[in-house]
Amino acid sequence: MKIIIVGCGKVGLTLIKQLSAEKHDITVIDLRNDAVSEATNSYDCMGIVGNGASYSVQKEADIDNTDLLIAVTGNDELNLLCCLIAKKAGNTATIARVRNPVYSEEISYIKEELGLSMVINPEFASAQEIARILRFPSADKIDAFAHGRVEILNFVITETSPLKGMTLIDVSKKYKCEVLICAVERGDDAFIPNGPFILRENDRVSFVAAPRYAREFFEKIGVDTHQVKNTMIVGGGMIAYYLATLLRGQGINVKIIDSDRKRCEELSELLPKACIINGDATNKDILTEEGIESCDSFVALTGIDEANIFLAMYARNVSKAKKIITKINRISFDDMISSFQAGSVIAPKNITSDYILQQVRLMQNTIGSNVETLYKLVDGKVEALEFSIKEQSPVVGIPLMELKLKRNLLIACINRGGVIITPNGQSTIQIGDTVIVVTTQKGLDDIKDILE
Amino acid sequence: MNYAFVFYILGWVLILEGAFMSLPCITSIIYQEKSGIWFLLVALVSALAGFLLIRKKPKNSQFFAKEGFAVVGLSWILMSLVGALPFTLSKEIPNYVDAVFETASGFTTTGASILADVEALSHTALLWRSFTHWIGGMGVFVFLLAVLPMVGGYNMHLMRAESPGPSVGKLVPKVKESAKILYMIYFSMTVAEMVLLIIARMPVFDAICISFGTAGTGGFGIRGDSCASYNAVCQWIITIFMALFGINFNFYFFILRKKFKDAFSIEEVRWYVALILMSTALITFNTWRYHEGFEEALRTAAFQVSSIITTTGFGTTDFNLWPSFSKTLLLILMLTGACAGSTGGGLKISRFIIWWKSIKNELEVFVHPRSVKAVEMDGKTIERDTVKAVSVYMVVFLLVYIISVLFLSLDKFDLVTNFTAVLATINNIGPGLGEVGPCGAYTNLSYFSKIVLIFDMLAGRLELYPILLLLTPGVWKKH
Repeated sequence: MKIIIVGCGKVGLTLIKQLSAEKHDITVIDLRNDAVSEATNSYDCMGIVGNGASYSVQKEADIDNTDLLIAVTGNDELNLLCCLIAKKAGNTATIARVRNPVYSEEISYIKEELGLSMVINPEFASAQEIARILRFPSADKIDAFAHGRVEILNFVITETSPLKGMTLIDVSKKYKCEVLICAVERGDDAFIPNGPFILRENDRVSFVAAPRYAREFFEKIGVDTHQVKNTMIVGGGMIAYYLATLLRGQGINVKIIDSDRKRCEELSELLPKACIINGDATNKDILTEEGIESCDSFVALTGIDEANIFLAMYARNVSKAKKIITKINRISFDDMISSFQAGSVIAPKNITSDYILQQVRLMQNTIGSNVETLYKLVDGKVEALEFSIKEQSPVVGIPLMELKLKRNLLIACINRGGVIITPNGQSTIQIGDTVIVVTTQKGLDDIKDILE
Repeated sequence: MNYAFVFYILGWVLILEGAFMSLPCITSIIYQEKSGIWFLLVALVSALAGFLLIRKKPKNSQFFAKEGFAVVGLSWILMSLVGALPFTLSKEIPNYVDAVFETASGFTTTGASILADVEALSHTALLWRSFTHWIGGMGVFVFLLAVLPMVGGYNMHLMRAESPGPSVGKLVPKVKESAKILYMIYFSMTVAEMVLLIIARMPVFDAICISFGTAGTGGFGIRGDSCASYNAVCQWIITIFMALFGINFNFYFFILRKKFKDAFSIEEVRWYVALILMSTALITFNTWRYHEGFEEALRTAAFQVSSIITTTGFGTTDFNLWPSFSKTLLLILMLTGACAGSTGGGLKISRFIIWWKSIKNELEVFVHPRSVKAVEMDGKTIERDTVKAVSVYMVVFLLVYIISVLFLSLDKFDLVTNFTAVLATINNIGPGLGEVGPCGAYTNLSYFSKIVLIFDMLAGRLELYPILLLLTPGVWKKH
């Protein structure tokens, strides 16, 4: 696909990296010459220095023959204008990043009237992600498939876990749950495990299950499944606002600590039911006074990555919080950060680019069986894809054990008209199904691609 | 420096060179010449060595600008060394230094020859000699990028190191596609010239070799008098195609995309055309009395101008005998060279445009001490860094030039010969003035001088840095 990306910031670069790896033709537009040259030096893309909302710049980027324009500059109005002009100039599909809450409340109207394919609000998306994790504190990360009928959950095998040292065959025999372990991260490696695979301490296990089975499974292996009752949020930015709104909607008590008096006053107007504390959260006494030791969950959302990591590590030490979440904006040492025990790490730029990537894949496959949803697990080393089977293909009607599947690929789940089937060797894929495939192979576009 | 990866890429270069040598092998079968055996042998050994090097793709694929420049520099040296082997083995050019000079001159599209008698060579050797022009003209890495399944950001470093011009961009987002488009344009224009020359009654073998030489803006002729003995129509065809290959390939890309307005508004191309027309007119009037009739004067002037400005180096006359004004004009054209992004060499017209405009701005500062003015070209501001790089390039060029002339002065020739020999090699033109003029050759130079000139040719073709970087110790450190 030919894609123009306007704005070469954190999200822009992440998108370029992933989209160029998937062999799209990418042209990037930014006003800053050095940002453009960094992108063109590191990735196979073309760069144009200029204003992306200008018609002549878009012309130069060959807007007429472009399939998609993604506007991810720091400015909402500019993003919308870029999309508007692209729509008129080249009848191009468009994706805009819009983060101002004033617009986000009217987002469906804007999307409709301006003819955008997708509008993404990184802060809101991040808040949604955090809220989902807080709902299910035993798991680190949850992704939903088949309109929420199936979820991929992610948890770490602790020292005391009964799963430690068991093979996958033993696990399914002993617990008899409708769950399927589909990926294991051990150190820097990602595995798609088979039956004799033995689980070890500190393995990060991803499994596929319907929500109620997931709860049942967690209960059986002795993991607490209760949702949190209250949460402490440090840093009162946009994500904190969206998160507080979402959590209040679920009846979770929210306490926000921010050092800026004015922002606190704003928040208190916006969130009348939340408890807003004006104070410096890097001060230990304030945290103690506000009850960090007894809080149920802790979310570090300040604008400084280092502060977030420290706060999370401190919370891990002193509180009995079930869930600790750290937001990382800028720092790219993912593997190091996870070793800090700073809880679940949320990176808004990755969330934004994942959402957009999902949309791009969707657009790329408008015919035949195609990708409905895409999630990246284990630092992007593993992908979970949902295909819907709309027509005859070489995989339809043949028992799975007779298909020659690619290596490191697993069919995790078949959704037949709302009934979730955990597949075994005799199962077949039928037309009309949606199938969830978990794999370390990159760039699968069609269900056919699962075959050797 | 990531050695494993550098060797991996060198492996591909060797395979490619082996593959290219199949063309002279075919020629030797057609003309039943024995020297083909040596070409076949070298091709096989080269390809085999290449396959050994690429057997395992290195795990560590970290690749930065440094590696890009170094690997391009090394590859060109390696290509010249390997490409020279068949000449020496088949005893057509018995001395290896001479053979390397001839091959390097071929790949770098210089066209400077050490052969006193070209016509003594076999058809096989002649074809290889001309074919090296064609390979070197657009570049080996551009070809590699077009055909190889190489992905990742690093490939842009390779293309940038090999392609001439102050700032190298892509035609389309993907390097591979850009490289393909470039070679497609290059290939079809070459074929077009061959067909036209054959229609104009040039012998087929000559047409093929001359077209290779024109396309790469190389300049190896296959007759003792270069192009003088071809008929007038052929000379006109060659003149026009030389000029065409000196145009920035962006121009053709725009034409292909039907963006005619964009194509004809490229400032560099306008200057280039203006320069050709002006010089041709001036030289025609200046040399009128040397020729019989206007057509011949015009044709000869146009041919030499087009040949020199594109740094091709074909000749139809000995311009050593021309009046001083015409010779000086040609010398200036030797300096400017062709457009950036073409197959031509030289300092490139776009660099001169940038220099000219920044000089104008500097002068402006004397008049209005607080004036702020950016350098622009084609309606776009040239980044300060690019302007700086262009100025630095001029200084580096002068430095290399002066040192080379100093080395050459150890030899027994006069000042004009030394000065123009270095200019003709570093700008990849071929013939200079004096001893190394269009009717002379580089035969009598000492081996030391020849090695200096080989260095100049490679440095000039790759725009100095890739070769100079190889002399920098920091590049060779492991990381």
